[in-house]
Amino acid sequence: MKLLIQHGRVIDPANQMDAILDVYIADGKIAGIGNAPAGFKADSTINATGLVVAPGLVDLSVRLREPGFEYKATLNSELQAAAAGGVTSLACPPDTEPTLDEPGLVEMLKYRAKKLNLAHVYPLGALTRQLEGKSLTEMCELTEAGCVGFTQADYPIVDTQVLWRAFEYAATFGYTLFLRAEDPYLAHGGVAHDGEVASRLGLKGIPAAAESLALATRLRIAKETGTRLHIARLSTAEGVELVRQAKQQGLAVTADVSAQHLHLTEMDIGYFNTMMHLRPPLRTQRDQFALCEGLKDGTIDAICSDHSPVDDDAKLVPFAEAEAGASAVELLLPLALKWASQQKLSLTDAIASITLKPASIMGVPAGTLSVNACADIVIFDADEYWKVEASHLKSQGKNTPFLNLELAGKVHYTLVEGIITYQQHSSN
Amino acid sequence: MHNPQLHSDGRLKHLLSIEGLPKRILNDILDTAETFVGVAEREVKKVPLLRGKTVCNIFFENSTRTRTTFEIAAKRLSADVLNLNVSTSSQSKGETILDTVNNLIAMHADMFVVRHNQSGAAHLIAQHVPDHISVINAGDGRHAHPTQGLLDVFTIRKYKPDMHNLRIAIVGDVLHSRVARSEIHALTTLGVPEVRVIAPKTLLPTDVEKLGVHVFHDMRAGLKDVDVVMMLRLQNERMSGAMLPSPQEYFKTYGLTQEKLHLAKPDAIVMHPGPMNRGVEIDSSVADGMQSVILPQVTYGIAVRMAVMAILAGGGQA
Repeated sequence: MKLLIQHGRVIDPANQMDAILDVYIADGKIAGIGNAPAGFKADSTINATGLVVAPGLVDLSVRLREPGFEYKATLNSELQAAAAGGVTSLACPPDTEPTLDEPGLVEMLKYRAKKLNLAHVYPLGALTRQLEGKSLTEMCELTEAGCVGFTQADYPIVDTQVLWRAFEYAATFGYTLFLRAEDPYLAHGGVAHDGEVASRLGLKGIPAAAESLALATRLRIAKETGTRLHIARLSTAEGVELVRQAKQQGLAVTADVSAQHLHLTEMDIGYFNTMMHLRPPLRTQRDQFALCEGLKDGTIDAICSDHSPVDDDAKLVPFAEAEAGASAVELLLPLALKWASQQKLSLTDAIASITLKPASIMGVPAGTLSVNACADIVIFDADEYWKVEASHLKSQGKNTPFLNLELAGKVHYTLVEGIITYQQHSSN
Repeated sequence: MHNPQLHSDGRLKHLLSIEGLPKRILNDILDTAETFVGVAEREVKKVPLLRGKTVCNIFFENSTRTRTTFEIAAKRLSADVLNLNVSTSSQSKGETILDTVNNLIAMHADMFVVRHNQSGAAHLIAQHVPDHISVINAGDGRHAHPTQGLLDVFTIRKYKPDMHNLRIAIVGDVLHSRVARSEIHALTTLGVPEVRVIAPKTLLPTDVEKLGVHVFHDMRAGLKDVDVVMMLRLQNERMSGAMLPSPQEYFKTYGLTQEKLHLAKPDAIVMHPGPMNRGVEIDSSVADGMQSVILPQVTYGIAVRMAVMAILAGGGQA
């Protein structure tokens, strides 16, 4: 099977490429760019005139909700959503039911995802059994089963001794820890940023210090143990500064921010809009600004969707009782483009933050269009606006803060291993 | 952002919070309440403004006092009243707030009076009722208790008519108090130049000064020369723990005694939304003293709630 993508603007940050070129695909791999490989004869052709051809997107956090939460979403629905969003590789957190803390569960998930063949699914294993923060999981076994790192998702490790041991053990084998930074006591019961908006609305707040205190602890332990640490979902200006300092000191630390937090603040909660109930909470404009700047200057490495589909009922309750999270995998591209255009950055910068960089954090072979790389590709119109409507989202979760907004950046095709997994439905 | 409490022409559609309501509407409610004060003294304590309407008190959180005053207010307006204590029935069976509300809509209720222990519950209901139904927030979590805020300013206006020349102190657990939030918004909207809050740091919300109040931690300094002292109730479960060491120490530092009241203006009035913890936030001699207007607050509460219901029903004055 040979495929030719013609006349597209090929942007591949890994190879500093941004030019109108043809892309040749054979046997699921990139066979050539610009120059046809000897004897190449395309079985089919995609005309990408006026479109961007980029590496398939890589998302550091997509909740697929299986096993256990099929009423919120299914593997099939969410991988369809990923394909529609141009995401071809994704990490999924272990906060399922049962928890991804046993190799058999990880193998099963990988096997089922492979059968659907809509995206490469890379599970993050639970760092502790049942995510209870008490005893370590079998990290070597889980890695063999396909885990690319370990995390507590949104669950804490309260005992600092356990946290320390987890870092040491992971460092022994060179595994990456994907951790959020949040002091569990300061965050307890909180549902919004502890500031003016929460005070006005009478919502229990989570202070910015909950992030910085936990972050300082994690960075300090990482320094002591030499663990590769990825800080997930930074939300505060102070957090960005702490990561910046740690990087300057040469620590092996990376960080991401959710696409939501780049564009929203506590003010967007408005009159108790439960779509704005996110974890970590939306913070102040100053924090949002620092996140955007931190991403620009490289302190923050990547943008992720933090895709968390929930059922409609879970948001039709008072704000504090609403389930946190946003359905976002279909919006990762437009939200990354929006950030780059606001910061007056190039398309290359936007694409790097959702391809090359997250792939490198996960340590997976993705995020580039190099010859012989896996032909995971997204083809999109960077300037085409589309309205975010519940009825058009593939995800079973319609819970996005951006509902009814117009965003630029429309995916036309998604390819995984050279096979089209999503094609924009043309109206005529 | 569109204010969900107002019709597009600026009339009141729901009463969910004082915040965001224009002064004109607050004054309209207070002036209308004035006309209802006399109704209770008539031989027939009824006006026919809500005749044929059904007012539904949905209380997801227990309350006797507030529910009773709403019930009396509705009955004096000739409405039919339905009381529902949901905390003990449906919610424990897994029914959601909106399920409960939809059932009552199907029974053709015209007005909902809602209390819930979660901030934003009244907003949620208001978003999901058909256009002809009005929602009155009778207290949602820590967020708002607008009729309490209104009856408090109504009481103040009775005793101190010149609102533009007052110094008012709110004392106690502001952090957990929907009453305090509604009072602050009502007072600042009506142009009271100096609103103070007096509390330990553990009982104040973050950035409370952004609500337009002056913060005092020393009660004596805070009470100096004030015209009105508004005490807040301290919930039992907060009296000892990480917020406060003991009710005794609280009474010593933030309880209102005659001695501390002397620091206020000689004609200062003392208010409390009830129910009081005598000997914790207020000394009995003050609660029952000459300067206390705590019982008139209750009386005026009925008139204010009648006014809110009458205005929401599109009606006028008594």
